[in-house]
Amino acid sequence: MAFTKKDVTLSEDRPKTLLLQKHSDYLASYGLNKDDYEYCMTEYLRMSGIYWSLTAMELMNQSSRMPKEEIIEFITSCQDKESGGISASIGHDPHMLYTLSAIQVLAMYDRVNAIDVEGVVRYVASMQQEDGSFFGDKWGEVDTRFSFCAVMCLSLLHRLDAININKAVDFVLSCMNFDGGFGSKPGSESHAGLIYCCVGTLSICKRMDALHADELAWWLCERQLPSGGLNGRPEKLPDLCYSWWVMSSLSMLNRIHWVDKKNLEQFILACQDPETGGFSDRPGDITDPFHTLFGLAGLSLLGNENIKPVNPTYCMPQETIDRLKLEPQILLI
Amino acid sequence: MSDSGDSDVSWIFYKDRPEWSDLTPVPENDGPKPVVVIAHSEKFEDVYDYFRAILQNNEKSERALQLTKDAVELNPANYTVWQYRRDLLQALGTDLKSELDYVEAVIKQSPKNYQVWHHRRVLVEWLKDSSLELELTRDALLQDPKNYHAWQHRQWAIKTFGLFDKEMEFVDNLISEDVRNNSAWNQRYFVMNNHHGWTDMNVQKEICYTLEKIKFVKNNESAWNYLRGVLLHDKKGISGNTIVTSFCEELYLNKCRSPYLLAFLIDICEEAIKKEETNSLYNAQRALELCQSLATKYDKIRSKYWNFIGEKFRKYQKSENI
Ligand SMILES: [Zn+2]
Repeated sequence: MAFTKKDVTLSEDRPKTLLLQKHSDYLASYGLNKDDYEYCMTEYLRMSGIYWSLTAMELMNQSSRMPKEEIIEFITSCQDKESGGISASIGHDPHMLYTLSAIQVLAMYDRVNAIDVEGVVRYVASMQQEDGSFFGDKWGEVDTRFSFCAVMCLSLLHRLDAININKAVDFVLSCMNFDGGFGSKPGSESHAGLIYCCVGTLSICKRMDALHADELAWWLCERQLPSGGLNGRPEKLPDLCYSWWVMSSLSMLNRIHWVDKKNLEQFILACQDPETGGFSDRPGDITDPFHTLFGLAGLSLLGNENIKPVNPTYCMPQETIDRLKLEPQILLI
Repeated sequence: MSDSGDSDVSWIFYKDRPEWSDLTPVPENDGPKPVVVIAHSEKFEDVYDYFRAILQNNEKSERALQLTKDAVELNPANYTVWQYRRDLLQALGTDLKSELDYVEAVIKQSPKNYQVWHHRRVLVEWLKDSSLELELTRDALLQDPKNYHAWQHRQWAIKTFGLFDKEMEFVDNLISEDVRNNSAWNQRYFVMNNHHGWTDMNVQKEICYTLEKIKFVKNNESAWNYLRGVLLHDKKGISGNTIVTSFCEELYLNKCRSPYLLAFLIDICEEAIKKEETNSLYNAQRALELCQSLATKYDKIRSKYWNFIGEKFRKYQKSENI
């Protein structure tokens, strides 16, 4: 009987300690390199890029290295006067993903009043459909990611009353699969990233009771591979961002102790690049701000004391969530 | 769509094209400096400067439609370009059949991109014609049998246009090729759930099919998960189907120690306890022993999990003894 699995092997000379200063330098100078083709390719998701970098910096207690006032001004100029939604970059069309990123950044800065809050609320509410689902933009793509964007965004603004929560929850639950996991739409395959979105939605809406918690948690534990890393679906390679999505979901389910923390920590540390700084998806790959945030957030959930506590539902510093007096639900065992 | 590749020496910058001289290019407004200093390649910069210009002027023209192709090629993930392209298609009344061909070509180059698949879906909705979708997604899935976007699109087309007829055959083939393909097992459930239905006979048929596949590869998470999924529709539960229980016991006697088999046996024990139908095979003591062997030998990486589950059975055991 074959027990072989798709996995990676960690080499002996991998990084074994946390290179905090390197990561802070990496994020502070990200995009300063004139030859950085990668960087201009990401104009279409700039707003999320700012969220990833700022949150990572906040978790390292280094956010003063980010140009706060310029960022706030940038966000203000990305808000669409008509719809109220926020776009990835100036001149782009508004989208739920970037509206959320912008609100997360403003919430961390405690400056949501820099934008037209009522406009954002109007925009998010306008995306909800009859069946409770949410569009991502005016072109009508439906995905459980957008349900999560909607409730997270409105909860940060204390305006969850603007949407039909029961219907939003019902739609998310209609995406639950026979294995206890969730996909993007009813019937779509279970996927760790989308499980995070769905569990997160239920956590914010305080409906964690609706989950098949043991079944789901077991499916999530099954994602851990011998290398210690976690994959997002059966028979896929481990990836640092999936490690975050699985771990944060398990945290909301109050079962994070079911993963092998020591092995997972080794995997996360091995995803650091000791030269450039930052984290990559797998050991040895090119680093980026996205995986850098999820590497740091993952270590925070594992209890690393050099990183500020992160909130598993919001993927933001716990201190921000406390200041906003938000209490996303964690399941009681 | 290859007439503007970087290697192509005949590429002419938009700023050097006479037919575009009426337009002033709009450079990117970069926002906060240290975060957002843009270092575009010259070609990228040129195309997007002109794209921003047409966007700003809301220009609806053939040349704008051409320009969006260049912009897509440089970055197919830029959703604003696709959105504007759809505005153009509507405003210009462009032949949508040729647009289907075009987006198919882009999908072949960037099969893991949200925007291209969404563009495809909008076109199919506009045309109300799904005749090419099964083939398109089949091709994408031949390349990557787990492509989430392709599966989503396929499910959408099947559900919206009622294309279930040959889907089980398609799923069978994929599972035969790779019995661990979780996406294919998920699709199997999708077809059963939305089309064939879970009649008693179908439940038995699916159980037999799945057991055959498990016999072939025993340590297959997807097949074991599917088996549980099917048994959700069996009134006798997971412990009441003798075909399943005798299959499991035979595997166990033949020394199979796949964690999925052992986990399944544990679940049978738990159901028996809950239904108060424990017997010499399925009881708290055996479940506890199985948990211990998983924690210490067969699934060590999840030892914390198995110890936790084991505790549950220790409690059952205590209440059994009272
Ligand atoms: Zn990743």
